[in-house]
Amino acid sequence: MKTTSITAIAAFAIAGAVVSAPAMARDEIQIKGSSTVLPYATIVAEAFGENFDFPTPVVQGGGSGAGRKALCEGVGENTIDIANSSSRIKQSDIDNCKANGVDGVMEVRIGYDGIVFASDINGAEFAFTPSDWYNALAAKVVKDGKLVDNTAKAWKDVNDALPAQAILAFIPGTKHGTREVFDVKVLEAGCEATGAFEMFKEMNGGDKKAAGKACIALRTDGASVDIDGDYTETLARLDANKNGIGVFGLSFYENNTDKLRVATMSGITPSTETIAKGEYPVSRPLFFYVKLAHLGVIPGLQEYIDFFVSDDMAGPDGPLAAYGLVSDPELAKTQEMVANGGKPMPPLN
Amino acid sequence: MTEISASAPVGTDNDATRPKRRDIGIKRRYAAENRFRALGIGAVSIAVLALVFLLISILSNGLSAFRQTFVAFDVTLDAAVLDKAGNRDPAEMAKVTTIGYGNLLKKALAADLEARGVSTEGISSKEIAGLLSKEAPAQLRNRVLADPGLVGQTISFKTYATGRIDGYYKGRVTMESAALDSNVSPEQLTLADRMRGAGMLTVGFNTGFLFGPDASELRPEAAGLGIAILGSAYMMILVLVMSLPLGIAASIYLEEFAPQNRFTDLIEVNINNLAAVPSIVFGLLGLAIFINFAGLPQSAPVVGALVLTLMTLPTIIIATRAALKAVPPSIREAALGIGASKMQAIFHHVLPLAMPGILTGTIIGLAQALGETAPLLLIGMVAFVRDFPAAPPEGFFDPAAALPVQVYNWTQRADPAFVERASGAIIVLLVFLFLMNLIAIVLRRQFERRW
Repeated sequence: MKTTSITAIAAFAIAGAVVSAPAMARDEIQIKGSSTVLPYATIVAEAFGENFDFPTPVVQGGGSGAGRKALCEGVGENTIDIANSSSRIKQSDIDNCKANGVDGVMEVRIGYDGIVFASDINGAEFAFTPSDWYNALAAKVVKDGKLVDNTAKAWKDVNDALPAQAILAFIPGTKHGTREVFDVKVLEAGCEATGAFEMFKEMNGGDKKAAGKACIALRTDGASVDIDGDYTETLARLDANKNGIGVFGLSFYENNTDKLRVATMSGITPSTETIAKGEYPVSRPLFFYVKLAHLGVIPGLQEYIDFFVSDDMAGPDGPLAAYGLVSDPELAKTQEMVANGGKPMPPLN
Repeated sequence: MTEISASAPVGTDNDATRPKRRDIGIKRRYAAENRFRALGIGAVSIAVLALVFLLISILSNGLSAFRQTFVAFDVTLDAAVLDKAGNRDPAEMAKVTTIGYGNLLKKALAADLEARGVSTEGISSKEIAGLLSKEAPAQLRNRVLADPGLVGQTISFKTYATGRIDGYYKGRVTMESAALDSNVSPEQLTLADRMRGAGMLTVGFNTGFLFGPDASELRPEAAGLGIAILGSAYMMILVLVMSLPLGIAASIYLEEFAPQNRFTDLIEVNINNLAAVPSIVFGLLGLAIFINFAGLPQSAPVVGALVLTLMTLPTIIIATRAALKAVPPSIREAALGIGASKMQAIFHHVLPLAMPGILTGTIIGLAQALGETAPLLLIGMVAFVRDFPAAPPEGFFDPAAALPVQVYNWTQRADPAFVERASGAIIVLLVFLFLMNLIAIVLRRQFERRW
């Protein structure tokens, strides 16, 4: 009898203590979101922990959408403080935040990220335009003034200047923020350039949205492969299939220049310089979103934000730029905005 | 006689004196047996081959993670740079950031190369400093702040070489790949060779890999498993403490005391089903209940342990019930026969005899929990954590990583140096699993009773 009751009491005491333990005062910053921003955030978090008397922030990946959703879950120590995002916050996120009592969210733009097209280092050289990609991957393309199913087999079929290599593209899956940029900056741009957009619009009775949707519909015969994993998976696929062309982030490419040959887009070679100048077309801003209600509550939050956008970190000679972030030309403005305690987001237009 | 021999069945057996043999299919049956044996051997060899392939690929990729290239050189800790106030007050010295220490190291390395007569012709000072890990300034800063008396002295300082230089000595980086690589140049590699000749560059065992914290993508050479090992250990302790008493109590009740009715049948079916539920479901449950409802912190070992306990409990209950069932009824009956109560019979006689089976089941359950990744991803254990959790019990609530999650994490990093680290982490994880299974076998051998 004695032994059982002791065992039982011990079990319940442990379970009880664990479940009823009050959430302890949190002293480290918690960050979650985009896997594109993740390496930058870890670099800053690491340097922050080294140089300040605050604990190193805890940074999670999981995707931009997941980060913004977690940010909007509510106010309190068991919710995150910062959401990293590789695309701009959506009105639905802001509404969700409001509904959960998260009123003030500050947007901080940390810089720009380029999206590059690369093939195996020993393969042929490519010089693409958005129209080439549209004609190679779209479900329907314009041929002799008519919309027909895409039957292009090799890149040469699309553009005579390209090598006669079979079309095989590894593009990011739809859950990635990168795919959104690929859709808008490459497919939609190509769609408009080839005149398919106008024809789609006509077909849908002038509906621009429906035409845009038709533009990003891809062929399903295996020429384009969605990669739902990360860039390491794309690289492994390229390694297994030397004919493929992969879509990567600029920083990933910069870390693997000995394995990948980068293609130009509209004649511009992607680099931090050409993206900063706005010459390379396929780039996007990167953000993080701060819960204003946590400023002054979570120790070190203000210092972390200041530190992130400081010239030592996000500037053109800082470690983030060394890793592949394209430094924001308007960084000084961001620094000023952040130093003044930040301001809540203006309504999205 | 001749008639019989004439009508004898075909075959060599036409000796008239023997009785006619009935065809019982000996040959066919032997053939079937041989076929089955061959299939069995085939199945075993395929399994062994797969295992060998797995081990070879992991070992060949990962063993190099335990070795590391270090750079050692003399650093003069200039008081004018590190302690402007001149009072050796750590609080004021902390104002000098790692950037300041980085510049100091850059100069010190160039000066030491010159002092040792290592030629640095045609290599920019930036490239020379590029040989050092970005972890180095932080290491030096921590050392100086811990002992301000060092300022003004010249100390010998040993730190990691950068991941690419390390990769050069492990065969991952070659002169050809360096020519194409934007992070390292062939000149840097030749300089590294010269430094190795001068004894400044050494390759040695990498304690930092086992005991250091994770590091960002800019410094793969500094990334370690310390926090992941500690986090996994915390979780295993908590899982053991929570699941063993609960599991044993539940199985003793179900096996020995519970009445046989529909309700207990239902419980039994449910336990068996729970054991087969995909682990990610427990992760979702943990996120909803322990984090969102109970308000426990994210990324904390305690939440991971609770989730893994839920996952391990059915395994332990099933193993314990099987162990209890395996104790012969004669033991119970003898105990009851000489006047023991049911409780006494179970706790004094049945449970001790069932203990080896229970412990084996528990350890196998724990080993399964140790390698579990999916539920931990959902409760925030897949985070970049660089501060070690405190000692228990507070440490159970501090953010930490776990071994399998660290593997997952590192396979996603862009720098190729992390491939080797991930494989190294798998080796560490396999060693832990092997040790746990070894303990299970020893316990079974030690305490097993045969009847």
